[in-house]
Amino acid sequence: MKLKGRVHKFGANVDTDAIIPARYLNISDATELAKHCMEDIAPDFLSRVEPGDVIVADSNFGCGSSREHAPLAIKAAGISCVIARSFARIFFRNAINIGLPLLECGDAVDNTSDGDVLEIDLATGAITNLTNGKNFTAKPYPEFMVGIIAAGGLIEYTKKKLAGG
Amino acid sequence: MTLAEKILAAHANRPMVSPGEFLNVKLDLVLANDITAPLAIKEFARLGVGKVFDPRKVVMVPDHFCPNKDIPSAEQAKLMREFAREQGIVYFEVGKMGIEHVLLPEQGLVLPGDMVVGADSHTCTYGALGAFATGMGSTDIAVAMATGEIWVKVPPTIKFVYHGRLKKWVGGKDLILYTIGDIGVDGALYSVMEFCGEAIDSLPMDDRFTMANMAIEAGAKAGIFAVDSKTLKYVRSRAHRPFTIYRSDGDAEYVRVIEYDVSRIEPQVAFPHLPSNVKPVSIVGEVRIDQVVIGSCTNGRLGDLRLAAKVLKGRKVNDNVRCIVIPGTQQVYLDALREGLVEIFVRAGAVVSTPTCGPCLGGYMGVLAAGERCVSTTNRNFIGRMGSPQSEVYLVNPAVAAASAVLGRIASPTEIAY
Ligand code: SF4
Repeated sequence: MKLKGRVHKFGANVDTDAIIPARYLNISDATELAKHCMEDIAPDFLSRVEPGDVIVADSNFGCGSSREHAPLAIKAAGISCVIARSFARIFFRNAINIGLPLLECGDAVDNTSDGDVLEIDLATGAITNLTNGKNFTAKPYPEFMVGIIAAGGLIEYTKKKLAGG
Repeated sequence: MTLAEKILAAHANRPMVSPGEFLNVKLDLVLANDITAPLAIKEFARLGVGKVFDPRKVVMVPDHFCPNKDIPSAEQAKLMREFAREQGIVYFEVGKMGIEHVLLPEQGLVLPGDMVVGADSHTCTYGALGAFATGMGSTDIAVAMATGEIWVKVPPTIKFVYHGRLKKWVGGKDLILYTIGDIGVDGALYSVMEFCGEAIDSLPMDDRFTMANMAIEAGAKAGIFAVDSKTLKYVRSRAHRPFTIYRSDGDAEYVRVIEYDVSRIEPQVAFPHLPSNVKPVSIVGEVRIDQVVIGSCTNGRLGDLRLAAKVLKGRKVNDNVRCIVIPGTQQVYLDALREGLVEIFVRAGAVVSTPTCGPCLGGYMGVLAAGERCVSTTNRNFIGRMGSPQSEVYLVNPAVAAASAVLGRIASPTEIAY
């Protein structure tokens, strides 16, 4: 699957309280959560995001709590993919489980600025920065995870397994 | 193999495992709370299995926004309560509940050698008991509730050795803050932190829980301690089922070994907005504060309240400070009452609350306004964690929190108590 979107750039250690502040966790509806995505660190984030846009961040993206509300809010805000130097582990699992694509690629982080336009091939991990013409390749997913992604998330994957398929 | 690898191997029915391998492990306990359970229950329904794998091994605790702070949180708690009743799982109602990570070990629900997953990042707290415990999201927990199994990637283990004797007023909170300050908030990313050394041997269980609790603040999958006589004393009176003790082999492989001399470590203060942003208390300078919170899954145990009471006894909370004390569970509350600690807090002019996460995540019971500063015994000081994005949180041990409450600025207990 190919994606194309404008970059919203963030630094290192973007935590889950920044992605969706805990004060909003008395709700679990993704569209409602999305209204508060990043509001404490980038108050204008939501007004700038167009459907299909991409977050590019430095290391340890999604650190902090286990709240699945974080990838849900990002996805419902219209973000199609997050690229980072590295991800916090619970966030990584959650995003894959709910079908928000993540790519680990330090090169892309180093050579991308806020507002650049990226084209991403999720199948191969190829990333092209259409603004400066540079190409990058993301770290491939472990084989085990490819199965979950291919099934369309952990619930579908488990359903198939339970059915003996 | 390391202690963590042995637990994983045993639960995957394998003679041996090594870092990087993907395993399916059998679970001894699955946990969710009033924030994460609603999403997990929704995903569980999609699986179409009807019943949880074993109702005695699924626990739900209403602790984050309970007793409910508003209508949406009441709806979430209701959804969880109804699911818990219908499934007959282990559930603690308001009045019996406590903060999950204080409550589960206290109730003997987690034991050495267990494999536990929880829809809460601080599930890693149970590593203090020699269990492998880790936080996951709601979808993973839905699958765990349905199947009693979950996939994990075997993490590498980093060994932390703490030499020497602790200074007065220095405890587990300071050791873990110091460690996170040293290695950074992603210093143990995807890894297990194994804590050992003579300073750890002498550390009370409450302090071990505090350290394991904050392993996630270094990005770790789990924090873990070997079982010793203190662990056994703690679990023997609580356990209702047999358990297995695993130990790291003499030739176990660690990706890194990091050693510290604790005799040089002072009480630590983590400045905004990262738990790794630590300074020893002696060099913080004049930082005026508006609020102090003593409690949470990090420092809401009896030992923590005793420390705070030792400093607050016969003293008054500063006129410019609101001091909020939250016992971690009803049992901790009761013990604190019997020992006279609650009276010390109330006489000092502090608020004593029913067990709840409340202010720790900016939920209720002490939300911060813009420009306010809070000294807290909790585990996170991210932007907006306890309220306004323009507020500030400083993480400390309970004795430093109490001394700060008295003096109205970040202070060392040595400034007022002996
Ligand atoms: S006390 Fe704070 S960190 Fe602990 S479980 Fe509750 S909200 Fe999370």
